[in-house]
Amino acid sequence: MNQVIRAEQLSKDFGDIKAVRDLSFSVGQGQVYGFLGQNGAGKSTTIRMLLTLVEPSSGTIEIFGMNLKKHRKEILRRTGAIIEKPDLYKYLTAKENLRIFSRLSAVKVSEKKIMDQLALVGLADRAESKVKTYSQGMKQRLGLATALIHDPELVILDEPANGLDPQGIADMRNLILHLSKELGKTLLVSSHLLGEMEMVADQLLIIHKGEKVVEGRVSELLNPEQSIVELVTPDTLGALAFLRQSGWAGTLKEPVNGAIRMEFNKQQIPELNRQLVEKGIPVLSLRPLNSLEDYFLSLTKR
Amino acid sequence: MFTELLKIELYKIFKRPRTFIAFGAIAVIILLVQFALKVNGRDFVQFYTESQSDTFEIPYEKILNGYFVCVAVLHMILVHVPLLVALIAGDMISGEASLGTLRLLAGKPVTRTQLLLAKFAASTVYVVLLLAWMALFALLGSMLIFGTEDLVVFKETDMHIMKAGDVIWRFFAAFVFAALALTCIAAMALMFSVFSENSLGPIVATVCVVIVFTIVQQLRVPVFEETVNPWSFTTHMLGWKGFFYVEKNAEGATITGSIENPAALLRSGLILTGYILLFLGVSIRSFSKKDILS
Amino acid sequence: MKPVFPLLLSACILFSTARAQGAKELLQKVKAKYDRVDDYTATGKMKTNVVFIKAPVATIKVYYKKPDKLKIKNESGVSFIPKGSANVNMNNVLGLTDFEAVEGGTEKTGGIQCKVIRIFPLSDAENITRATLYIDESRLLVIRSVISTKENGTYELGMSYKNYAEWGLPDKVELSFNTRDYKLPKGVTIDYDNGTGKEKAGETKSKKGKVEISYTSYIINKGVPDSIFN
Repeated sequence: MNQVIRAEQLSKDFGDIKAVRDLSFSVGQGQVYGFLGQNGAGKSTTIRMLLTLVEPSSGTIEIFGMNLKKHRKEILRRTGAIIEKPDLYKYLTAKENLRIFSRLSAVKVSEKKIMDQLALVGLADRAESKVKTYSQGMKQRLGLATALIHDPELVILDEPANGLDPQGIADMRNLILHLSKELGKTLLVSSHLLGEMEMVADQLLIIHKGEKVVEGRVSELLNPEQSIVELVTPDTLGALAFLRQSGWAGTLKEPVNGAIRMEFNKQQIPELNRQLVEKGIPVLSLRPLNSLEDYFLSLTKR
Repeated sequence: MFTELLKIELYKIFKRPRTFIAFGAIAVIILLVQFALKVNGRDFVQFYTESQSDTFEIPYEKILNGYFVCVAVLHMILVHVPLLVALIAGDMISGEASLGTLRLLAGKPVTRTQLLLAKFAASTVYVVLLLAWMALFALLGSMLIFGTEDLVVFKETDMHIMKAGDVIWRFFAAFVFAALALTCIAAMALMFSVFSENSLGPIVATVCVVIVFTIVQQLRVPVFEETVNPWSFTTHMLGWKGFFYVEKNAEGATITGSIENPAALLRSGLILTGYILLFLGVSIRSFSKKDILS
Repeated sequence: MKPVFPLLLSACILFSTARAQGAKELLQKVKAKYDRVDDYTATGKMKTNVVFIKAPVATIKVYYKKPDKLKIKNESGVSFIPKGSANVNMNNVLGLTDFEAVEGGTEKTGGIQCKVIRIFPLSDAENITRATLYIDESRLLVIRSVISTKENGTYELGMSYKNYAEWGLPDKVELSFNTRDYKLPKGVTIDYDNGTGKEKAGETKSKKGKVEISYTSYIINKGVPDSIFN
């Protein structure tokens, strides 16, 4: 698979603050690449570096096989993006905004193309309305239209679901899938909404405090050999005492919200359950945390 | 691409209602001054000529002609135009930053230098249009209302009379010079705009700088007269008036088509151009290196 | 020695009376010449040379009507015309009736040997308080005059004659007069500093203003309507 984005040892310092540290990743052609992290993890800074808004303190970026610094114009011409909430010219209409942004991308688009694009994001009937009359969700959709108006090969979406209602989030998800699966575009999507990522991303990068925590295919990340297993019991102290003295001691993790956490291959869960029952420790629940959210939390709380 | 960018910037400027406030304000102020002078112009001329009314027959009605009124209007209004220019130019980058569109612009396949120069060029076009509008009202309007005659310009210690036929080119030159001076203000406001993420800061900063330097200039303190004033851009911004100061020959008669000390005007023009280049240079350098976090 | 003083005194009185008589006679002759002009309309150019005024050469028309009406008009422009310019016509002085005149010898003025006549109006109603005329006796023309007035100070006139000498009308008049300082309060005009103000500050400013009128043509005794002088 061709690599569309290749970042090597990317770092960015803002004074004493290290926003991104030695981050390397690559995005393959046609992929939906999920960029996961909590607020302040360094996602936006990384995306801003990809769009030349922020100069990396060190490291290199290649997009479409070209050095970003050297071939900035060519790369940006083939890239569309929305960064955080897409603020547009409020005193202009949707059509006027689209016209301006297409021209900024050195593309002259027809009125029909503008209307098609607005129809794609469900704003055709509000084409002539000033953006200041739009709801946050409508602005978000118009922002997406401006990112796509010049038909880019690479689409970078920073927190695209921000400010959207559940229906809007579902629409956005469908649009991302449409762009990827039907139009063959490469997408880099950042979000802190893990459930959404789980549904659209092929590949994931989890970033925490500016550093890469893990990168891999979603299917692999969700079925690791070692699972975090959560044990809930009314006799937490008794359970802990037993586990520390037994062969399970090495698997113990920091407890979360009073629940005991352990890390081991989930195939061993029935065995643990048997031993606990034998020792007279009542088990309310014993389950592997295998959703992306559980996984994410377990990683970022390490 | 630069032309396309300039068109986009101008499109944005002239799609905003605040742009037209400046045009409206100028028209209203000029009409007010013209009305006041139509009603009470003789007193106005008398104020300037009072000390000489015993020695000379003062042709009040002839002095109060369209050209004189236009100079009076420019004298009153050009002091305030920097504010109107700052309103637009000071908002050029910072306005986009606070609106959130700067990150969209900067992520497009145009260089930051191109973007900044397009914004500067758009500010300059705005300045020129503002002056053209002013010329229309102040010059053509006054000519229609008050007619034309020889122009008398009163200075602090002397007065200069120009033949009516020797005046129009001076207005043209004065407007061109005023455009240069206001472009200097635009460049300064744009520079402040690069460093700010809200519109108000650069606008206020620009106006404050103009006020401070104007006050320093007016105070006429010897230490400032020798150090600050020769290099202060507010000193040279008044250069437009220099086109209405004429030279006289040995017999004391004005020389048609002459300017008193054109070298000083050239120097002022060069200093203003220097400031524009300096402000632009700082703006381009800072904007190109700026991390856009807005 | 005793009778000598009264004799000298009476000789002096006799001599001075004779001189006064001679002065008045000369003035009468000059007046008779000037009296031939009832009115005129003249065209000319006026140059203003006042330290604080920079004015172009103006094309003017001068209207005169006996006995003392005179009006200078800048037909096509703005000029600051000195108030004393009414005295460019000699009838103001020559028309005096109640006055004393004294001969003041001869003096060369403008290359011409002139008789100096000092005139002292006796009536308090006259605006002129004193006048000195320098007269070319052979041509009966006033070449120079210094006139002191109550209202407008002292004016000095120099005249040269050529084409209209037979009418006593000059081709060129130079009018000198005293001026007041011109200075507006600071901060009113907010001048552009082009460096010229500083040079001027060093100069000693002349308080004398000068206006020079060169006549190109006269239309004499063809009538001038009174309305012009209003």
